Amino acid sequence: MIRTLSVSAFAMAASLTSAAAQTDIQWWHAMGGELGVKLDSMVAAYNASQSDFKVTASYKGTYTETMTAAIAAFRAGEQPAIVQVFEVGTGTMMAAKGAVYPVYQLMADMGEPFDPAGFLPAVVGYYTDTQGNLLSMPFNSSTPILYYNKDVFEKAGLDRETPPATWAQVEEFSARIMESGAAKCGFTTGWISWAQLENLSAWHNQPIGTLENGFGGLATELAVNGPVQHKHWENLKTWQDSGVFQYGGPGGGDDAPPKFYAQECAIYMNSSASRAGVVANAKDFEVGYGMLPYYDDVEGAPQNSIIGGATLWVLQGRDDEQYKGVADFFTYLSSPEVQADWHQFSGYLPITQAAYDLSTEQGFYTTNPGAEVSIKQITLNAPTANSKGLRFGSYVQIRGIIDEEFQALLSGGKDAKTALDAVVLRGNVLIREFEAANQ
Amino acid sequence: MKRTIFSNQLLPWLLLAPQLIITGIFFLWPAGQAVWQSFLREDAFGLKTSFVGILNYAALFKDGDYVNALWVTLVFSVSVAALSMGLALLLALAVDRMLRTANLYTTLLVWPYAVAPAIAGILWWFIFNPTIGIMPYLLDFVGYDWNHALQSGDAMVLVVIAASWKQVSYNFLFFVAGLQSIPQSLREAAAIDGAGPVKRFFTITFPLLTPTTFFLLVVNVVYTMFDTFGVIDATTEGGPAQSTNILVYKVYKDGFLGLNLGSSAAQSVILMGIVIALTIVQFRFIERRVEY
Repeated sequence: MIRTLSVSAFAMAASLTSAAAQTDIQWWHAMGGELGVKLDSMVAAYNASQSDFKVTASYKGTYTETMTAAIAAFRAGEQPAIVQVFEVGTGTMMAAKGAVYPVYQLMADMGEPFDPAGFLPAVVGYYTDTQGNLLSMPFNSSTPILYYNKDVFEKAGLDRETPPATWAQVEEFSARIMESGAAKCGFTTGWISWAQLENLSAWHNQPIGTLENGFGGLATELAVNGPVQHKHWENLKTWQDSGVFQYGGPGGGDDAPPKFYAQECAIYMNSSASRAGVVANAKDFEVGYGMLPYYDDVEGAPQNSIIGGATLWVLQGRDDEQYKGVADFFTYLSSPEVQADWHQFSGYLPITQAAYDLSTEQGFYTTNPGAEVSIKQITLNAPTANSKGLRFGSYVQIRGIIDEEFQALLSGGKDAKTALDAVVLRGNVLIREFEAANQ
Repeated sequence: MKRTIFSNQLLPWLLLAPQLIITGIFFLWPAGQAVWQSFLREDAFGLKTSFVGILNYAALFKDGDYVNALWVTLVFSVSVAALSMGLALLLALAVDRMLRTANLYTTLLVWPYAVAPAIAGILWWFIFNPTIGIMPYLLDFVGYDWNHALQSGDAMVLVVIAASWKQVSYNFLFFVAGLQSIPQSLREAAAIDGAGPVKRFFTITFPLLTPTTFFLLVVNVVYTMFDTFGVIDATTEGGPAQSTNILVYKVYKDGFLGLNLGSSAAQSVILMGIVIALTIVQFRFIERRVEY
């Protein structure tokens, strides 16, 4: 009896010491539902693969909630080592010089082998500084693409295998679809701000802001009131009036997906990461995929689209042991097998060329048509200063302003020029405020 | 007024302590922090802080959006108070005339009050959803194109209905109680004098209900200014084009979504001032006139 007790006490002590030797790393994220389950299994696989570090992933709600929680925790000195931040929070994170630990520096400090050249330039370009150093670890990136209803196309006498390539074709196809009665509306879209303004600009190689879309410094100003954006918003208004386009609501555009699923609208633009949802919901028709439409009279179009989604930021204030673990974990996350698995499961872009190649080798793109459109679209051309991404402070609010002005346009309160000028004017006020607070 | 004399000086403080501690920790401390923060300009992480005096306040009143939010809040509060109190009074009068099923009727009418604001918001969001909702579908038959995602008028109607629906129950209970406290003899006497139901209501019932009405007016205005956050968040999120962006929702948007802490703090201080003013009005001018 005594012996069993002492043995079990010894075993307990041993297990305690081994637990203490394992460094705990906190990771706060915003992946709910299926994605959250997948993420947990990736973390579990990492924890099982080695014994030095133990990553604990905690779901903190929406992107905004996660970011706000991490910032509040930082102010209280309780910050996690890793936090997932959405792309519009990039400006805020970057400006917080004493709060974030840039990934390139972390990898160098911890002696972790790290090759930035292995990443897809269109993905990492969004998260590098002007010297090309990677500041945060890309995790889930997507880009808007075009989905269309093949059956409706056929009913309208269109070729079911040909998505519209230009906006002129979108208009022409929509007219055919509506006249033939195949569907009530031509197209709808999620994310007016992201898809129909930011990506529209990048896709046509037009500036979103000065100083390389804000990459060049806090003194940047918005520049989305150029001729191409003006023409596009004017068209959207005309198309809304004639029924070709139906508005899906602000932000992500919650009302847009049902319009496409219910076959009310034949064409739908949204994130490539919506692909799984689209396939699951398109029960009565076949879905086709295409790149975003462009105006063929704009020189340089199509350029390349830009990404959205989130990256992993490392926060300052933890000890070196933990940062070693973070570096090791990042290497694991960006390994081709893990990346390819995550990419194929979620519809997010593979962040490395190796993961892309592996997916091709595994035949993923032949068995899943449409899954490759997003990658082809972001890698169509080498990113320019206009299509690298964007970086503005207070961008969460600026996205809100874009929605508001677009609503004012659609409800007839403003014309396209006035609405876009107002976006620039109101957005610049916030950017100046942000500059003042971060100087 | 009764006055109790404690022989021990410590005892009254001890008895008050639980309440005082809670007030201190959950109200005075955060409120004090908000006041202090409203004079600062800070980045989100609190790495760079500078004292800017009343700059945050000055910026608010120069900002068209804030003035708009003030205006929206006013329209919203008055509409919700008028609609929910008007309906509640009608229902209470109906119950007052009922003999048999009054209890059942009262219970059913109080039910919505138990529904959380966010759930009430989602319910109305579904009913009025321009794509899948039943109301826009029905309105389409009478030739009205309902779209609260774009039309600010529609959006305001939606949030007013959603916010009032819950509040009708609360107002109803108070009106029923108020009506029951009016002596039957007064109304009977008037009836004998030949006054019809409408005349009896306006000359006897309504004036005697004034204390209840005033009390409810203040409570409803406070309710619409603070407790309707869930309703707004679940239905319109302040849109379209800020047409339903009430003050308390703007505090949340600027502070929690925009991380502009100085401005958000200044806005909550102003809100705090409004509540204090309303509370003073209620205690000074209304409570005094209420006869218990």
